[in-house]
Amino acid sequence: MPAILEVKGLKTQFLVRGGVVRAVDGIDLRVNRGETVGIVGESGSGKSMTALSILRLVPEPGKIVEGSITFDGRDVLAMNRDELRKFRGNDVSMIFQDPMSSLNPVLKVGYQIEEAMKSHDRFSAEESKSRVPMLLRRVRIPDADRRAKEFPHQFSGGMRQRAMIAMGLSNEPDVLIADEPTTALDVTVQAQILQQLRDLNRELGTAIVLITHNMAVVANICTWVVVMYAGRVVEQGPTAEIFRSPQHPYTWSLLRSIPRIDEKLGGKLLTISGLPPDLTNLPPGCKFHPRCRFTVDRCFTEEPDLFNVGPQHESRCWVQMDNVPDPDSDLREAPVVPLEEDAGALVIAGEESAAAV
Amino acid sequence: MQQQSEAAAAPSSAWAAGKGSALMSLRDVYKQFPSGRQTVRAVDGVSLDVLQGETLGLVGESGCGKSTLGRVVTQLQPATAGSIFFEGKDLAALHGEDLRQMRRRVQMIFQDPYGSLNPRMTVGNIIGEPLRNFGLAHGKERDRQVQEIMRVCGLNPNFNNRYPHEFSGGQRQRIGIARSLILRPNFIVADEPISALDVSIQAQIINLLEQLQDDFNLTYLFIAHDLSVVRHLSDRVAVMYLGVIVEVANSLELYDNPLHPYTTALLQSIPVPDPVIEKDRTPIILSGEIPSPINPPSACRFHTRCPIAQPICSEVRPELLDYGNGHLAACHFAGKLQGSLAEKVAEESVAEIRAAIVADEPGGVDGATPVTA
Repeated sequence: MPAILEVKGLKTQFLVRGGVVRAVDGIDLRVNRGETVGIVGESGSGKSMTALSILRLVPEPGKIVEGSITFDGRDVLAMNRDELRKFRGNDVSMIFQDPMSSLNPVLKVGYQIEEAMKSHDRFSAEESKSRVPMLLRRVRIPDADRRAKEFPHQFSGGMRQRAMIAMGLSNEPDVLIADEPTTALDVTVQAQILQQLRDLNRELGTAIVLITHNMAVVANICTWVVVMYAGRVVEQGPTAEIFRSPQHPYTWSLLRSIPRIDEKLGGKLLTISGLPPDLTNLPPGCKFHPRCRFTVDRCFTEEPDLFNVGPQHESRCWVQMDNVPDPDSDLREAPVVPLEEDAGALVIAGEESAAAV
Repeated sequence: MQQQSEAAAAPSSAWAAGKGSALMSLRDVYKQFPSGRQTVRAVDGVSLDVLQGETLGLVGESGCGKSTLGRVVTQLQPATAGSIFFEGKDLAALHGEDLRQMRRRVQMIFQDPYGSLNPRMTVGNIIGEPLRNFGLAHGKERDRQVQEIMRVCGLNPNFNNRYPHEFSGGQRQRIGIARSLILRPNFIVADEPISALDVSIQAQIINLLEQLQDDFNLTYLFIAHDLSVVRHLSDRVAVMYLGVIVEVANSLELYDNPLHPYTTALLQSIPVPDPVIEKDRTPIILSGEIPSPINPPSACRFHTRCPIAQPICSEVRPELLDYGNGHLAACHFAGKLQGSLAEKVAEESVAEIRAAIVADEPGGVDGATPVTA
């Protein structure tokens, strides 16, 4: 399937007094038509900045310093103001975590959706006006005609997010980027919104890029998962594959560090020691090695590439979790002992895939 | 035994310590706030026991009153009506020095590790302040105790002269925990202690809280909206909706066999980090959102969103009844809307359940009948 959106070697940096913040540090990303892609990572992993870079919305003093972004064969980084305006909304649109601060509090919700269409030339002024109730109904806002005339503060949190989704889809974009769309919402409302995104993807064929820190949300809606750490992709692949057999120690640990609603009780959670890295002062070698339990010598000095670890499955690590003997063994006791004595037993992923090529 | 009849009687005045007895008891507690000419009924008649040595999880959606209940329990805000017993003593009757001494035993951990620490005090002073307030330790002795509790909470004791901004979110939460522990309390109210933290840091704090409970013999009231975390940490769980407790049970029982339709819906709303499970699961989608506590729905608070609501639900307020083994639920049709995590409840079967309820006489619920005293 041809990629509708392709990002290659993207680097976005912020020049600050303390040095250079490497927010996005060499990202490759492909989004196919009609696909649902999940980008997961902690705060500071660069997931939101990747999305803002795609729409060329990086805030000052940030700059895209390297790489390419291609949408349907067009170079996004070469677009002028006018082309950009059409690209945003018509081709790729974005919804944000906090729907209250993305809506203008003094304008009626319907008017704001109408305005989003008028400013993008796809629909005429009359069409824009008449499409509003239909768009609100599509995101299951009851009594759409009346609701369109209300102000954001008259909407509940979930309804505001629905209105944002309606606005995001108003110009029928090929890609909708949703940045933590359910994080501020309660679980019962989260379930409604996720269901909605799934339906819209199925009915309209809009590709969805879902940015979240919540692994469970990704499992719920995405077919492809990209795991980010320190501004890079550390693992990616089909959702089923990533969850069934995570190969990067970070993904592997993250899945074991969150309590699951269906877990057996009495177990202790795995902890990932240390803190997310300082983006102005990244460690040498693999960026995850200071927090990793499965390091081998070269992790400290050499940064691994994204290696093939399965069909369509890539991991940026010298070690493959499949080759770690009994990784859960010290889960219950001291969780932070590096397995240095076992290093010899680990198969180095890079060599294996090099042989395969 | 019916909760309601128990509620009328105060727990015996001779409070006996020991696992299994109630350390903190709430009886018909109300908390109301004025809002213009209206009243916000944040906590609207709650009776609840927190047992010695247990972790009681308190869950609910935002606006359900769970944080207010936590603040009432710690006496940070007085209850509008009702009584709260701690170690058998009525807190409303405590004044002055007695109340102050009670506060030594009951401490709170707050959600926001940024807002709850004074940025102009050193960490050592923040943690040691309670000792000064109570005149328990001075000078070198205070420093020694502060450093010891810092070590216990996983902080570097030599950092006691640093300021909060020099610490990460997870470390700040540890500072908050250390401060709450320095007076050696036996009851801790933790209000969303991990929800402001990064995913990879949350497990560290969860494990720390579990460790401290063992080491210091703590009883927790753990308030959170994340049901997976609550299940992991809690012995028993209370589910709150619009100011009232709708269900209480031990963790396993509540998650495997929810009796209240709200609990069932809540559990089914939670995504599981497993695409295989998620693929064949369509949760019951509750319509709408939690109504306003200013003018809550009549009778059963949940009837406006309940998939199996009947006329009686808007007329008679259901009592919190015991369905055996301390599994309490407040619903006229408790146990009707079953559905564990693995088993989804399809929309068709919800319709069938509704039809069955209409055909049935209310109350004659098979499988779940209240245990009467």
